[in-house]
Amino acid sequence: MENFALQTEGLGRIYKIHGNRKEKAIRKELVALKDVSLEVKTGELFGLLGPNGAGKTTLIKILTTLLAPTSGRGMVAGYDVAQQPQEVRPRINMVSGGESSGYGLLTVRENLWMFSQFYGVPSKEAYRRIDSYLKEIGLTDRAHTKSSDLSTGLRQKMNIVRGFITDPQVLFLDEPTLGLDVGASRDVRRIIREWLAADAKRTLLLTTHYMAEADELCDRVAIINKGQVLACDTPENLKRRLQKDVLFELATSPLNGLPLSALEKLDGVKKATLRESDGRAEIKFMLKEESALAGVINTLTSANVKIQNLTKHEPTLEDVFVDLVGRSMEDEEHVESD
Amino acid sequence: MQKSTFARSFLTATWLGWQIESNWTDPFLFAVYSIVKPIASAAILVVMYGIITKGAFGDPLFPYMYLGNVFYMYVGAVMTGVSWSVLDDREHYKTLKYIYVAPVNIPMYLLGRGVSRFITGSIAVFITITAGVLFLNVPLDVTKANWLLFFPTLLVGVIMLAMMGLVIAGITLTTVRHEGFAGEAVAGLLYIFSGAIFPLDVLPAFLRPIGLAMPTTYWLELLRRSLVGGVAQAFPTLAGFSNLELFGILLALTILFSFIGINTFRYFDHKARERGMIDRTSNY
Ligand SMILES: Nc1ncnc2c1ncn2[C@@H]1O[C@H](COP(=O)(O)OP(=O)(O)O)[C@@H](O)[C@H]1O
Ligand SMILES: [Mg+2]
Repeated sequence: MENFALQTEGLGRIYKIHGNRKEKAIRKELVALKDVSLEVKTGELFGLLGPNGAGKTTLIKILTTLLAPTSGRGMVAGYDVAQQPQEVRPRINMVSGGESSGYGLLTVRENLWMFSQFYGVPSKEAYRRIDSYLKEIGLTDRAHTKSSDLSTGLRQKMNIVRGFITDPQVLFLDEPTLGLDVGASRDVRRIIREWLAADAKRTLLLTTHYMAEADELCDRVAIINKGQVLACDTPENLKRRLQKDVLFELATSPLNGLPLSALEKLDGVKKATLRESDGRAEIKFMLKEESALAGVINTLTSANVKIQNLTKHEPTLEDVFVDLVGRSMEDEEHVESD
Repeated sequence: MQKSTFARSFLTATWLGWQIESNWTDPFLFAVYSIVKPIASAAILVVMYGIITKGAFGDPLFPYMYLGNVFYMYVGAVMTGVSWSVLDDREHYKTLKYIYVAPVNIPMYLLGRGVSRFITGSIAVFITITAGVLFLNVPLDVTKANWLLFFPTLLVGVIMLAMMGLVIAGITLTTVRHEGFAGEAVAGLLYIFSGAIFPLDVLPAFLRPIGLAMPTTYWLELLRRSLVGGVAQAFPTLAGFSNLELFGILLALTILFSFIGINTFRYFDHKARERGMIDRTSNY
């Protein structure tokens, strides 16, 4: 058997949703993960890409021993996460973005030191790592600030540092750049890359719903939607699947009631997605061949839709998602919340 | 490896608990909280006692009640000290999941978090007893007290209370809302049934067995006896037992409760993982 840092076999998780006190009888089951089988090799930077509610956090919670799976099993560093959590925990760490945890009455440095102590990092070494990562992420001047006095973004930076200072074999980052500004996100991505490059035994699993981030950062990406893994490959290979397709983006005036399906029905049109905002429409087409564009433009002009801009572009992971799911990731999130 | 995980969890949590407990930006508030409050509540009890007994402060029942009430402060302090951090870490600091992900022994962590409450509780106990001796003629003679009985009893009792705290921590872990009342309810029950301020003999006979099953009953009795020997007469039900017998019962019950506490916590811990409660916040 090959030495995988992470491995899941038919992993599934069902949440039981209880009604409130009055409606105790009403129970629903929500399938958050279904039959997820993944293998991540040591040294990989592996990305889970999917819209909100896809099940990314649930998968991370299971792999970090916080949540029991309802079926299948997960292995981290060769240990079963449900059966041997005490073997898994010293070898991992986890950070979730978009939340501000921490002991507000402790300073940044104290917060980080305290967590390093849970992992048995000698104090001197812990402070060395803390100071070095605080510098990397641009938080040195706040080292002695109580964490309650930090903005949410700065607290998130502190938490990201917390993930690295314990030097885990496998590091889990759940939407690490969520809510961070462009510069901070770039710093975080750089730290992630450098951390992995520094030691071949390290592995990192990251979730994101930013397509570009997954594309830029990850060695391999699993596209996940509604609890299921739809595809898993390098970003290049994923995009290559669409290479024979032609991608166009049209900016137009409002569609005047013309249904998107009328465009999708046209010969040679594989998929179309629409985003409408006041006074403008943006339609993305996936065409089997370039000649199909003529039919599209004809249909639009005969419905009195003005074409303002037309661009052809290289496939992105966004297009891969549309190809797999039939909707854009953003649309998928809106459907989810209905 | 396992041993050092235990020690690390306990010591780091003790450090954290102390940072939180001593984080009084206002020393005046700290003084009010840890000195005035316990003395005031003792004073209320003294006044009530005075009215009901028409001033029989020389009766052994008075030191019985006074000391019982004082040491009872440990019950709330240690039990909630151990269990409260589950709520605090999960809901307030949002760190519980990160502590769980770390190689931490959670029961040891929780016990460590309780230490600081034990220390502040001890300060309150000391001050309240001193006030009783100085102003209310509580017949405590430092040179005659049985310290060899007192300190081991105190230690065993605190371990026992911490183990009860673990049970409450487990319950808290699997409940969503602020079920802080679980601790209050247990503390209230113990107050009535373990002879804290009145002997079990006052209770109807059919309720007495409840009190006799509570380790706190023997603990409080031993603490009182070790400090003020004569007070034993106030409690006919236990008067027949020697100090050593009472200590044996306390020790046996503490071992039993430790077993129950650790296993109950393990059970709830497992349930919490199944239900996804470890990072659950009530605004979910
Ligand atoms: N504790 C929970 N109880 C019930 N449903 C949950 C719970 N946590 C997550 N879910 C649901 O499970 C699905 C997957 O959620 P999650 O794993 O958080 O997705 P993601 O991280 O990809 O946004 C969502 O539909 C979410 O509402
Ligand atoms: Mg998520």
